[in-house]
Amino acid sequence: MTEITSLSLFELIKNIKEKKISSNEVTKSFVDRSQKSKKLNTYVTENFENCLKLSKEFDNKPNFDLKLPGIPIAVKDLFCTNEVRTTAGSNILNNFVPGYESTVTQNIWNEGGILLGKLNCDEFAMGSSNETSFFGNVQNPIAKDLVPGGSSGGSSSALAANLTPVTIGTDTGGSIRQPASFTGTVGLKPTYGSCSRYGIVAFASSLDQAGPMSKDVKDSSILLEVISSFDKKDSTSIDFKRNNYSSELTRNIKGIKIGIPKEYRVDGMPGEIENLWKKGIEYAKDCGAEIIDISLPHTSYALPTYYIVAPAEASSNLARYDGVKYGLRSSGESLIDMYEKTRSEGFGEEVKRRIMIGTYVLSSGYYDAYYLKAQKVRQLIKKDFDDAYNKVDAILTPSTPSSAFKIGEKSNDPVSMYLNDIFTVPVNLAGLPGISIPAGRDKNNYPLGLQIIGKPFDEQTVLNIAYSMEEKINYKNNITDWWME
Amino acid sequence: MTIDLKTVKHISKLARISLEEKKAEKLADDMNSIFEFIEKLNELKTENVDPLTSIAETTLRFRDDKITSDNIREKILKNSPEKNDDFFVVPKVVE
Amino acid sequence: MDGIMSKNNSEYLIERNDNIYEVVIGLEVHAQVTSNSKLFSSSSTKFGAEPNTQVSLVDAAFPGMLPVINEYCVKQAIKTGIGLKAKINNKSVFDRKNYFYADLPQGYQISQYKYPIVGEGNVILDMPEGQKQVGIERLHLEQDAGKSIHDIDPSNTLVDLNRSGVALMEIVSKPDLRSPDEVNIYIKKLRSIMRYLGTCDGNMQEGSLRADVNVSVRLKGSKELGTRCEIKNVNSIKFMQMAIIYEANRQVDLIEEGEEIDQETRLFDTKKNETRSMRSKEDAHDYRYFPDPDLLPLEITDEFIDQLKSEIPELPDDKKKRFIDEFKISPYEATILVSDIDTAKYFEEVVAKMGKNRDMKLAVNWITGELFAVLNNKNIEIAHSPISAKNLAKLINLIKNGTISGKIAKTVFELMMDGDIDPQIIVEEKGLKQQSDPKALEALIDKIINDNREKAIEYKQGKEKLFGFFVGQAMKVSGGKANPQLINEILKKKL
Ligand SMILES: [Mg+2]
Ligand SMILES: [Zn+2]
Repeated sequence: MTEITSLSLFELIKNIKEKKISSNEVTKSFVDRSQKSKKLNTYVTENFENCLKLSKEFDNKPNFDLKLPGIPIAVKDLFCTNEVRTTAGSNILNNFVPGYESTVTQNIWNEGGILLGKLNCDEFAMGSSNETSFFGNVQNPIAKDLVPGGSSGGSSSALAANLTPVTIGTDTGGSIRQPASFTGTVGLKPTYGSCSRYGIVAFASSLDQAGPMSKDVKDSSILLEVISSFDKKDSTSIDFKRNNYSSELTRNIKGIKIGIPKEYRVDGMPGEIENLWKKGIEYAKDCGAEIIDISLPHTSYALPTYYIVAPAEASSNLARYDGVKYGLRSSGESLIDMYEKTRSEGFGEEVKRRIMIGTYVLSSGYYDAYYLKAQKVRQLIKKDFDDAYNKVDAILTPSTPSSAFKIGEKSNDPVSMYLNDIFTVPVNLAGLPGISIPAGRDKNNYPLGLQIIGKPFDEQTVLNIAYSMEEKINYKNNITDWWME
Repeated sequence: MTIDLKTVKHISKLARISLEEKKAEKLADDMNSIFEFIEKLNELKTENVDPLTSIAETTLRFRDDKITSDNIREKILKNSPEKNDDFFVVPKVVE
Repeated sequence: MDGIMSKNNSEYLIERNDNIYEVVIGLEVHAQVTSNSKLFSSSSTKFGAEPNTQVSLVDAAFPGMLPVINEYCVKQAIKTGIGLKAKINNKSVFDRKNYFYADLPQGYQISQYKYPIVGEGNVILDMPEGQKQVGIERLHLEQDAGKSIHDIDPSNTLVDLNRSGVALMEIVSKPDLRSPDEVNIYIKKLRSIMRYLGTCDGNMQEGSLRADVNVSVRLKGSKELGTRCEIKNVNSIKFMQMAIIYEANRQVDLIEEGEEIDQETRLFDTKKNETRSMRSKEDAHDYRYFPDPDLLPLEITDEFIDQLKSEIPELPDDKKKRFIDEFKISPYEATILVSDIDTAKYFEEVVAKMGKNRDMKLAVNWITGELFAVLNNKNIEIAHSPISAKNLAKLINLIKNGTISGKIAKTVFELMMDGDIDPQIIVEEKGLKQQSDPKALEALIDKIINDNREKAIEYKQGKEKLFGFFVGQAMKVSGGKANPQLINEILKKKL
């Protein structure tokens, strides 16, 4: 039998249900491999002991009706986990141990999942390379000194390195899809309102969504089915009829109309990306889809809009980190002095930069010129998609404008770093579901991803297209375990 | 438009983040390059566009007026860097 | 001549060097919504709990916590809006007001800025000079902050978050008020309306009603508004009035000295009886309001509003009208009786219990006279009156049907207070029943006239004042129990 850690979630579940392997065996394999993979710096907090203990408990009293029977799962450290340290990759939450559980992770434990550990991420999910984490860079298992993408960089790296069978991330402007693309894995950002935001450390409330990350599309469908739920504790959670995504998964997408937006052909896009996209279109046709040229005229305004809306919300969401209730406190002579020192020492440079931008765009005299303007443009961007969906069922684009870059390569130029999310950000602004699947390699053999964007709440179609194309593309990560000790 | 040092300092005051002089200068540079890129929005005419305030197309859901959370003082104070048995503690505030 | 000229209660004029200034006042009243749980969380709002025992993860702004709105608080705000004859907005928006403070755990207050739930309305004030209408600018819902305690620990400030997140209605008036007296009547009227509606208990000691007071002055006759100062968070009517007087005079002094008035927020120091500028002047507040992305716009249908309209009880203005029409009492009496919902309730119960042969005059006099005096003395709310409405009605009926005299009734009233005793029982047990048997009274009067022959002759000769002497004698001899009306009649006949 192949190594346990390289099995897909689907295969693991099957084996456990057929009693071919135990939860404890599975857990041991992932713990062992994780312990030998410290060089990747994927874990902020390990929960190995407890996970092994719980897996034994599962084996003693197994419940095979559960959707994730005894499956160990590591999650992004942005999800609050009861009595397990939750840092959001920040010094300011370095010692924070919540006494509560996020709805999304609770859904996983309710279906038999077991917490393996908390995975590194960009500080407060602000970043595209995992370089802003207080806990250091994460290595991409694809090659040495390569970023794993961000902000869910610990998640994508751990997943690609087979340290966890699946994982969950959060996606505010591409933070699931871009790291998936950089690591040759699958990442799905659901429709805004599908997965509860309760208990997730907030970055930008109107954009944040949790979503599955996995090695193949089927695994994402299984995990989405578990984490997507209506939650009364989140006023933006939406009560709609959710599919049984995994059992309704099909490769029959004949006649489905897929739009190709001309505006995604951006200036200076590498030929490799262009080619990847072309190939993707061919694959989609092979699957029986009908390809239609469409226009999303406001695409180029998405990133500037995002860099007003997200920092504005973040500047307010992060005001609660003031040294009073939890987290870091620096001593100060007065209350204001204490606030200023705490926040200056507690936040990293990128977070401070975004708080500053956000504070500025909301400040007196600038609100209309920036924040209000951005909200109006956001409306136009959403309308672009509404119009497009009168003609097509889904949209196909590249996931990122480039493959993974070297650690340190872009960290001094915020704007060039922000451009990473050029294809993913419009999807968050419009609240739509989007998936990135591995679709090819660049000249360095680094993975490249394609993105499929769906109609609101139509995750099923997105998954079905991805599932069909995945078969044709037949991409495999060839990981050499170069980091192993 | 350029963001000068004075503005950066004012904003950092509003955001309650202390800034060293050197960092403030770097931040001013960064902010200027980011805003240069943001200014692209000015190309668009938006007088007749309604701002999008919420992407979730539903109305605000109501909660019943019930008390369902108990006294969890210990849990609430547990993570506080400075507290006593009953209160959060902050540096003396003079009004 | 310099001084304060107060021609009447409706204006407060200040004279300096022959210039006459008037004061212009607008109020931002913060009224705590009566509800079990908080505006966006499910912890209790009960007053007086141990510190930090009514704090949920949401109230303490833990990472990942989200607000979910309390329907009852929304209804309460709408009802209050209806009570203020105001426009209820079908769509309103919750904004974040961003600022840092020790008792503000989120680093922002959820409030309503551009689109409040209630728009323009008005309140009628019953001033001695007549009625006056005060405009309401808006009413919006917002969260209360926690409490910073400065006087327990000498070197630190302590923070109690029990109040954090409790629902407040901020009721903003137009700058229509012109005197401390009007402010007094305005606050009392608002309080009265909300207590009728059950939307705010109006308890100022417990902080359920506080106000930011905006004060400016201008030359009388001028149409333009002067520069205003906002005096923050004043928690009693008396302090509001003192603050207004101090502030108006301070502003007039500045103007007279040729100085400018800074638009600023000030505090009222109750010990020194003065207002002073708040310290944090250097970083003037910039609240960076924006719509709270954790909440959707609040949408209210007309059906929802109509349903609430149908639940609105009779409010003080309507009740007053009805009392005047139905009970034929004076507007002045009606104003007093409707001013507080419990008083009105008590009065109506007395009226109901008096039955067919009711006497409004007696009812009004006994409630606003004897009963109010007792309640005032003992500092008791009418809701906890030592004499129930039922028994007071009985007492009034005993007077009305001649069983006891008004004078005896006062004695009975005193005795009733000892455990709300039925006056009938007191009258019987103590034998206080009025003598109304004409024959017995005639005998009694015959005897008095006999005993005082000379005075009777003097009376007959024209010394009419002596009539009172005979009445007094009759009452004295009867131990106060003689029916005074009959005594009068018989005396007139016999003398
Ligand atoms: Mg105010
Ligand atoms: Zn207020």
